[in-house]
Amino acid sequence: MDKLCSMKEAIAASVHDGDSIVIDGFTHLICFAAGHEIIRQGRRNLTAIRLTPDLVYDQLIEAGCVKRLVFSWAGNPGVGSLHALRRRSEAGCAERLELEEYSHFGLLSRLQAAAAGLPFWPLDNYFGGDIARVNTNIRTVRCPYTGRELATVPALNPDVTVLHCQRADREGNAQVWGLLGSQKEAAFAAKRVVVVAEEIVPTEVIRADPNRTVVPGIIVSHVVHEPWGCHPSFVQGFHDRDNDFYVKWEDISRQPKTYQDYLEAFVHGVKDRRGYLERLEAGLLDKLRAKPRPCAGVDYGY
Amino acid sequence: MGTDAATTASASERMAFRAARELHDGDVVFVGIGLPNLACNLARATHAPGLFMIYESGAVGAIPERLPVSIGDPSLVTDSLAVVGQADIFQCLLQRGHIEVGFLGGAQVDRWGNLNTTVIGDYANPKVRLPGSGGACEIAVHARRLLIIMRMSPRTFVERCDFVTSPGHRMNGRSRKELGMPGGGPTRIITDLGVLSFDETGEAVLTEVYAGVTPEQVKAACGWPLKVAPEVKTGASPDAAVLHLLREKLDPKRLYL
Repeated sequence: MDKLCSMKEAIAASVHDGDSIVIDGFTHLICFAAGHEIIRQGRRNLTAIRLTPDLVYDQLIEAGCVKRLVFSWAGNPGVGSLHALRRRSEAGCAERLELEEYSHFGLLSRLQAAAAGLPFWPLDNYFGGDIARVNTNIRTVRCPYTGRELATVPALNPDVTVLHCQRADREGNAQVWGLLGSQKEAAFAAKRVVVVAEEIVPTEVIRADPNRTVVPGIIVSHVVHEPWGCHPSFVQGFHDRDNDFYVKWEDISRQPKTYQDYLEAFVHGVKDRRGYLERLEAGLLDKLRAKPRPCAGVDYGY
Repeated sequence: MGTDAATTASASERMAFRAARELHDGDVVFVGIGLPNLACNLARATHAPGLFMIYESGAVGAIPERLPVSIGDPSLVTDSLAVVGQADIFQCLLQRGHIEVGFLGGAQVDRWGNLNTTVIGDYANPKVRLPGSGGACEIAVHARRLLIIMRMSPRTFVERCDFVTSPGHRMNGRSRKELGMPGGGPTRIITDLGVLSFDETGEAVLTEVYAGVTPEQVKAACGWPLKVAPEVKTGASPDAAVLHLLREKLDPKRLYL
């Protein structure tokens, strides 16, 4: 089935007020284009889930889309804080953001349980520290074979997962290389999956290299072709991370005024991703474009 | 040692150099970004060419060509031995017991090596909201040896962490062993003044100062009455060759130095 549509159509059809969403990616393949479209469509009361909420999640918070954040590490990696998140969660804040927090292993295990169709997942973790004290979702179970006590976390089924990938076909068979994050678990855990691809390729291209397919089309609801949809994040083999932007973001996001100005110019003030890309400084995309580094061919013959 | 900047190490350079000396050739190390990353690359460029670096983002056996700006830098992927999903990192490599050395820092550390990266103040109504655990909690639980790297001050070396994100040797009076924790816990706290080790009860003890630093200075920078070993060693200082390597090759843009 051909599921190809625009980002606008994919978000309108799959993300509703009050939904729980994952826009996945671990530094790599973070679909800013999807986050910006959610802001433009004015979604409210979302539960935003990701191990590493970063700039685009902070923008969703600043724009008023998010009621609850489920996470394990929230920051601007190597640079600083997420300032909308801080403003909404520190002492003195009237409009408190609900936080539900784990360590990476714990939140990943929640998605893994859901992806496996199980009610919970066991892990050897959380002894004696305070994470399990403040999060009552983290409990323990006694192993029926060894008698050992293990921590457990409950399955987490997001309403929607957005997965950015290097290439996909029109049915949503999606191929990823480089850092894989928790994309597979987040996709299989979700009720609906939106695949966003740098390139849409014929199914024969996918079939020629089947080991690289992270998600099969049978679990995908929408496919969007959105080159550069991850900027300022990166796409291995396509473009580097815009590290300068992550550094600049610290200043932009520290003050509510400059933060709102940014959202006005780069999110509300543009129609779509193409409009965003046109607002970037001239020559930036060429500077970020990846240098080729192909691997040796793989023979799937028999 | 002169006072010339070319031959005098900064605090960060001393910490990276000292941390590198804790790493042995062939160690499988779970690398964090910043000084730990620099320490690992320094060790690899000097006495530990076979250091096996694993990153939380999924790169296994990475040999990054440039200094990674983040833990998920694309340079960690290029030329690494394997790239795996995070489930494999946490389940097959960390929980299964394949990590020899972990590196962590934090906003607060206490005398038992407990670390806080979650909040300053009350959890429900914090003065400062910090990033949270990430993989730190499980690294502290599972790594066979844990190295802590932190600059010392009475604000960061505290009597009691506001929140224990990553467990050290004792929590609320209970030891790692009593709690059934698989990893060995912290072995060193590498600071900008010297090095703390841990005694048999799991308490931090000052065992080493850098040249020009006195144990009294270290005690003054600690927020609890710091135990001092009967003999405090003076640690070696990085020589000109090491400083050249750090400044010109490993961190030429001075991201972390």
